[in-house]
Amino acid sequence: MGYAEELVADIGQKFLSRVMPKGSIYSVEASGLHYRDLNTLLRALGNNGAKKIEVHNIYGQRYIGTGFDQKIIVELFGTPGNDLGAFMSGPKIFVHGNAQDCCGNTMDGGLIVVHGHVGDIAGYSMRDGKLFVRDDVGYRAGIHMKEYRDKQPALVVGGTAGDFLGEYMAGGVILVLGLNSENEKFRARYVGTGMHGGIIFVRGEMSNLMSGVKALEANEEDMKFVEGLVREFCFYFGLDVDDALDGKFTKITPVNLRPYGNLYAY
Amino acid sequence: MKSYLPPEYIVYRDHERCTRCQACIEQCTYETHYYDVKDDKIYSRDNNCTNCQRCVVFCPTNAISILKNPNTFRENANWTQEAILAVKKQAETGGVILAGMGCDKPFFTIWDRLVLNASQVTNPSIDPLREPMEIRTYLGSKPDCLEFEYNNNDVALMTKVAPQLCLETPIMFSALSYGAVSLNVHESLARAAAECGTYFNTGEGGLNSKLYGYGDHAIVQVASGRFGVYKQYLDVGAAIEIKIGQGAKPGIGGHLPGEKVTEDISRTRMIPVGTDALSPAPQHDIYSIEDLRQLIYALKEATDYSKPVSVKIAAVHNSAAIASGIVRAGADIIALDGVRGGTGAAPRVIRDNVGIPIEFAIAAVDQRLRDEGIRNKASIVAAGGIRSSADIVKAIALGSDAVYIGTAALVAIGCTVCQRCYTGRCPWGIATTDPKLSRRIDPKVASKRLVNLLLAWSSEIKEIMGGMGINAIESLRGNRLHLRAVGLTEAECRILGVKMVGE
Amino acid sequence: MVVRFLFFHTRNFLGWTELYSLFTLNNRYGDDKDFDGCAIFGMMNLQGKRFPSREPVRAISNMHERGNGLGGGFALYGLYPEHEDDYAFHIMYLNKEAKEKIEKLLHKSFEVIGCEEIPTKKANVLNPPKVWRYFVQPIVEKMSTKTADDYVLEKVMRINTETGKAFVLSSGKNMGVFKGVGYPYDISEFFCLEEYEAYMWICHSRFPTNTPGWWGGAHPFNILDWSVVHNGELSSYGINRDFLEMHGYKCTMRTDTEVLAYAFDLLMRKQKLPISVVSSIIAAPFWDDIDKMEPKQAEIFRALRQTYGSLLMNGPFSVIVARHGEMIGLTDRIKLRPLSAGIRGDFFYLSSEESAIRLVSPFLDKSWNPRGGEPVVARLKIGKLVEVLAK
Repeated sequence: MGYAEELVADIGQKFLSRVMPKGSIYSVEASGLHYRDLNTLLRALGNNGAKKIEVHNIYGQRYIGTGFDQKIIVELFGTPGNDLGAFMSGPKIFVHGNAQDCCGNTMDGGLIVVHGHVGDIAGYSMRDGKLFVRDDVGYRAGIHMKEYRDKQPALVVGGTAGDFLGEYMAGGVILVLGLNSENEKFRARYVGTGMHGGIIFVRGEMSNLMSGVKALEANEEDMKFVEGLVREFCFYFGLDVDDALDGKFTKITPVNLRPYGNLYAY
Repeated sequence: MKSYLPPEYIVYRDHERCTRCQACIEQCTYETHYYDVKDDKIYSRDNNCTNCQRCVVFCPTNAISILKNPNTFRENANWTQEAILAVKKQAETGGVILAGMGCDKPFFTIWDRLVLNASQVTNPSIDPLREPMEIRTYLGSKPDCLEFEYNNNDVALMTKVAPQLCLETPIMFSALSYGAVSLNVHESLARAAAECGTYFNTGEGGLNSKLYGYGDHAIVQVASGRFGVYKQYLDVGAAIEIKIGQGAKPGIGGHLPGEKVTEDISRTRMIPVGTDALSPAPQHDIYSIEDLRQLIYALKEATDYSKPVSVKIAAVHNSAAIASGIVRAGADIIALDGVRGGTGAAPRVIRDNVGIPIEFAIAAVDQRLRDEGIRNKASIVAAGGIRSSADIVKAIALGSDAVYIGTAALVAIGCTVCQRCYTGRCPWGIATTDPKLSRRIDPKVASKRLVNLLLAWSSEIKEIMGGMGINAIESLRGNRLHLRAVGLTEAECRILGVKMVGE
Repeated sequence: MVVRFLFFHTRNFLGWTELYSLFTLNNRYGDDKDFDGCAIFGMMNLQGKRFPSREPVRAISNMHERGNGLGGGFALYGLYPEHEDDYAFHIMYLNKEAKEKIEKLLHKSFEVIGCEEIPTKKANVLNPPKVWRYFVQPIVEKMSTKTADDYVLEKVMRINTETGKAFVLSSGKNMGVFKGVGYPYDISEFFCLEEYEAYMWICHSRFPTNTPGWWGGAHPFNILDWSVVHNGELSSYGINRDFLEMHGYKCTMRTDTEVLAYAFDLLMRKQKLPISVVSSIIAAPFWDDIDKMEPKQAEIFRALRQTYGSLLMNGPFSVIVARHGEMIGLTDRIKLRPLSAGIRGDFFYLSSEESAIRLVSPFLDKSWNPRGGEPVVARLKIGKLVEVLAK
């Protein structure tokens, strides 16, 4: 028996008291609940046909959404802990608050929308799905993002990002809108270091450019693609699309596929 | 710029034996041999020869020998041939010198300084051919004690033992990434593991979907590049291994040169074709011990706590303390990779200078975990230059539960350790992803070779154990009294926990 | 209550039984240094108003995944208002002989105004030593030309190296450190922290990989009124330690965090450098960035790095450093460890994880993640927050 079934079998009453159905939505009271129990409960609800779950009073529980592959909507109230949505591929998670480190770690599909900021290492090794952050992301966002054919991950940031954005990127898209820092150049350093695939768009200008990446002004075709993503982003946060698209966008791509090709002697 | 580098090897061909069949030209992937129509002779470009021995083996008349170029610089114990050539090469290229396989320098092999016991007179030796000899091993976290419930005459086991891997022989195939080796090699390892009741490790390149059928015998690796890591991959494997480092290149990331990134590799790893597949040096979500714990539990959550999670580290100076932290972070298995560990590509200077011999690492880690009272919480797997069944017995006696073999497995299917894996042109079809070259390995035949190797070594292990008077491997594990040291210093003996011969 | 995982074995590592030497005691396996992963938390009332233990303990306990129960500790400021001007020594003893010897030393060098065993109660902690507190003043005649602080510093180093079985946990005025082997919640129970109030609390939960039974290895580390809690590992520890030993500090705890406490004491108290300069020493900017600066600024940073290069702390770290009236948060220059800051009214918070702050204060006037290598400083007298000090 998996842990889920055992849990429900042994302690069903204790946890079921935390779950309140409100129509077709399940509301879960998470305060004081250990992450293992919380996640098992969420998975059990998902397996039993819940289409939407609200979780209240989250203070640091980790791995919410990890290993979930059901198509389910989860609204989180509070501050989810590290590794939100790690290895996830399916759910749509809405965070009403800030999230912490490793949000969307090795994410393989689905959607995470954060009404606030996230910590460091967001979207590490993302393979598909979308991570939308209303405010800032920390350091090392989007490291080693990948893509293949129709699997195209996207990380969209409403605020700004820290150093090492898109380090080692191999695919996918990162978009930084800088909506909270008007007229300021994007000052993250080491953006796209080791990049060998994928694209980073930054609204406005960059002040620290690495060798190994080239920065051009985004052209019309690029902007059509950006607009699609921005519309979706603004929809979730109730933001104005025209404000978000205002100004020139910088497009950053790798100079060549083998940034370290000359490093070695064979 | 003119190259100042002389050829390393000279191809000697006996032209009278040579039948001009041109098999050597066909087999060589470095364009070393060529046929001169006018002379009706086959000549060789010595500079290209890597001493892979492919042409030697395939020449029907044994006409070819590869000789070490007798033309050397003046003898100098400090400025060796290799040291001089390396400097010249770097002056020509400005590049980091790459090498394949493991450290080839002397001084680091302690196996040869340890001898084994045999029983005589006071304790009978056991004949494995006629009496039972048990080498089955379980890897995983074992509980501190078992609790039972007694109900009249019924006894029920209350303690839930954590998930375990069952090995019919204490030998597993080490991590060889798909990309560093071909899919055919991966398939050969998978088949052999399945047939012998042991496991193979996918390495950091993911698992090609063709091999999902062998998932029950696969340890799936999650490395810093997270290549091919998604839920199904985690679900298919029997265990998950977090790769922190490897013995050949402790502290740095993985290299898969762009030459080896074909369409299929691109699909499995989700990176563009022809790009270098670089694994970052650290896992970027593990910067401190509590982060490792975070990843271990993320993987356990993602797989519903149903399989063991292993952590692979390179053997370095403070391996014992690190291992203790890893066990406390929740790992079920620790894999230690010593300085002799192999690789498809690593900077030679790191391969040969960074890391410690696995013998010391096993002893130190085993002892530390025992001192802290947590030895049962994780199994230890040793890797890095295991060459024979004797090495395996010594490794187990020093404290490991099982071993990983990498180089030995490849040698079994044809490799001659020429150390040119990074070129992607392995003429044996092993360390390449070129579809044409990969066909030189037939999984049916290659897996047979691997099965033969495991059978042969298992028999030898049983013989040695029988000679010691043991018929169960649990009695050998960590039993340092069955080892003695020859030619080691007192400090070395102390660290290994082994007495000197004669004591 | 949050579920706890107990990873340590319940066998006795230390008791009152003799231990052979300082070396074996501190570092039973002879590791180069202890290193650990952890959680840190700091809470300060910017008006200097004292508050009880409940919220800091709740917050640090919330981050229990980051610790493993083998270390927890607290530093409290504003703890002994009735002894405001006396140095309050918290000393831990592993046997009676050590206590006798140290007390003799104390009486020789100090006027001992008060002394008592710190009250404790039964709690889930491993092999507790005895911890006593003393309120002392230096004997003026013996001070010669030293300042009181330097005199105290010298005596603390002496005590720590004297017996191998007695160690000073804290030596500041009107503050004290309580720490040991156990989860932070258990340590707070053991030392009855619910009976104290302080205007500033810094807390730590440890995940050590060495010396699982060693009470002295827990954080906070303290010298005079400097306390440090640290998450990460200093890969530069060897040279940091050697540099500090040249300046008279003895590193006896074999834990890398110790050098942070001494470095702050040396740079800020003795050499009177401001925090903006000190953070540029400890988390020094890259040469590339220095070369891009204005010539006058570049000259300063270059000189700092040339002179104090041995105090550059390499490796991942986030630290909270506290002294009376000031709480400083700092991370390494490439931000390898997390740190979150928050303000709500008169309260200022620093934490490894934002969720711990939110647990005790769900609504924050401001919450942000500071940049790598840039200090966040909260000061008491001015009563307002001094934010990121730009380089």
